[in-house]
Amino acid sequence: MADRASSSSTPRRDWIAIAVILVALAALPTVATALGQPFAIKVGSRLVIFAIAAVGLNIVLGFGGMVSLLHAGLFGVGGYVVGILSWHDFNGEALHLGPLVINGTGNLLISLPLAAVFGAATAAVMGVVSLRTSGAYFIMITLAFNQMLYYLGVALQKYGGEDGLQIMGDLSLAGFDPSKRLVYFYMSLTVLAVVLILTQRLVGSRFGMVLRASAQNERRVKALGIPPIRYRLAAFIISGAIAALAGGLAASGLQFISPSDMSWVRSGDLVVMCVLGGLSTVWGPVLGASVFILLELGLSSFTNAWQLPFGLIVIGMAVWLHDGLIGLARKWVRA
Amino acid sequence: MSAPLLETRQLVKRFGGLIATGEVSLSVMPGETHALIGPNGAGKTTLIAQLQGELLPSSGTIHFQGQDITALPSHLRALRGLARSFQITSVLPDFTALENVRLAVQARQGHSFRFWRQAASDRRLNDEAEQALVRCGLAGRTEALAALLSHGERRQLELAMALAMKPALLLLDEPMAGMGKQDGARMTRLLAELKSEYAMLLVEHDMEAVFSLADRLSVLVQGRLIATGTVDEIRTNPTVQSAYLGHG
Repeated sequence: MADRASSSSTPRRDWIAIAVILVALAALPTVATALGQPFAIKVGSRLVIFAIAAVGLNIVLGFGGMVSLLHAGLFGVGGYVVGILSWHDFNGEALHLGPLVINGTGNLLISLPLAAVFGAATAAVMGVVSLRTSGAYFIMITLAFNQMLYYLGVALQKYGGEDGLQIMGDLSLAGFDPSKRLVYFYMSLTVLAVVLILTQRLVGSRFGMVLRASAQNERRVKALGIPPIRYRLAAFIISGAIAALAGGLAASGLQFISPSDMSWVRSGDLVVMCVLGGLSTVWGPVLGASVFILLELGLSSFTNAWQLPFGLIVIGMAVWLHDGLIGLARKWVRA
Repeated sequence: MSAPLLETRQLVKRFGGLIATGEVSLSVMPGETHALIGPNGAGKTTLIAQLQGELLPSSGTIHFQGQDITALPSHLRALRGLARSFQITSVLPDFTALENVRLAVQARQGHSFRFWRQAASDRRLNDEAEQALVRCGLAGRTEALAALLSHGERRQLELAMALAMKPALLLLDEPMAGMGKQDGARMTRLLAELKSEYAMLLVEHDMEAVFSLADRLSVLVQGRLIATGTVDEIRTNPTVQSAYLGHG
């Protein structure tokens, strides 16, 4: 066979895992309805949104070896792009961006791509600065940038400031209404599917090889003639675009975006999702996001102090599981 | 006499008050295997690091293929044909041997901003990478993770990566370091084969290997070049004998 399976990555198994995950998620609304639990669809949508953001984060975290605490901020950028465009649409007031004057819109075919573009641009600017550092300094700088975005959100008095921005205008996506639960779920799932497929291709491409190699041994990569920082920056930008896209989707589903979506704690949550699920595969963070959302839901129904048992579970998983839930799955398969 | 392939002029590297490289003027001729020897701490690796671009010299110049590369970043030097193998083995542990070498081929073929096509099924990468692995005696180990290779195999892998860069000059920093007798002998044989195709600057402690491989030797003691010459010249050089070989 011309098809090579290398022992560091097994693409075929990854594609199967992605297919299984997508099929399982696609069946969720049907199962939920059959069980008389339509509320589960809403939880499912939340899960899918965070899965998208976590898969995006894992490009830099798992494959690039960079611990970014900026991704909630980027998520928020996307949410605010959708929210602000809708606000201007609803209020019939043009949006002045310096010399640029644009009309608001509730058309998600316009505002979601714009959310991704703004996320990419923000990641580009902040990445250029933060990628000059590494390790703990990189974490601190991305954290600082995240807080800048957070307070920018708070400072947007016109758009709700600290209270957040309620989206009053109608949103639509190619004729579909995202305020309908099912439409929104499948719309988000479609985005997750596209993101998973593109990311799985990405990590096996020449670009992905350089990114992964730079995380393992930067010195060696330079000695081969490759400047790692350019590839890291590109990965950061792609990752930022995906996080912002997730944020845009979140805002259009909840009809709400607020600075609290951009808090650095939320950035930490995204990192936890990736670590929980496993950093070494594209689809691991989807598992991590699922467990995270379900634990949050399950534990918070028992106690208000749900973070306490949650923290213990996360610590336990970090200590006993190598490579997150994927590692656990591998153990089972081998046993 | 033809122009040197690599030439340093009055190269100096200071770390605070310590002079690691003291006014070293060294040349490697095209096609030459030039060995750099000297006691531990003589500054051999520091010199190699300046040639490769990982360290910037405090003063002096480095010319490669007639051009001044003193201030050129290391990745651009690599693309011009300077390939370094490290004293402490430096591979990509989570990649297979093939993936390691593939990255070297990929680096030489231009930028890697290609996001869709899978590197694993790219013949333009695999064919060359496999050739280099076969050449270095790793034909049966292409799918093994680099982290799981033996020490000797990893040194072979590093050499394969260097060869895949299609280098104009190999900078080999103790390619036999830490190898057993058998592995060391195999590496010496391999280098003897490569000698006719590549110019090399070889740092090595194994004198038997050095004397059998090198066309010329330079002796570095405490950062300074105390002698350069053919094997016989160096063997009989009294300064070298008292400074270095006598203690060997």
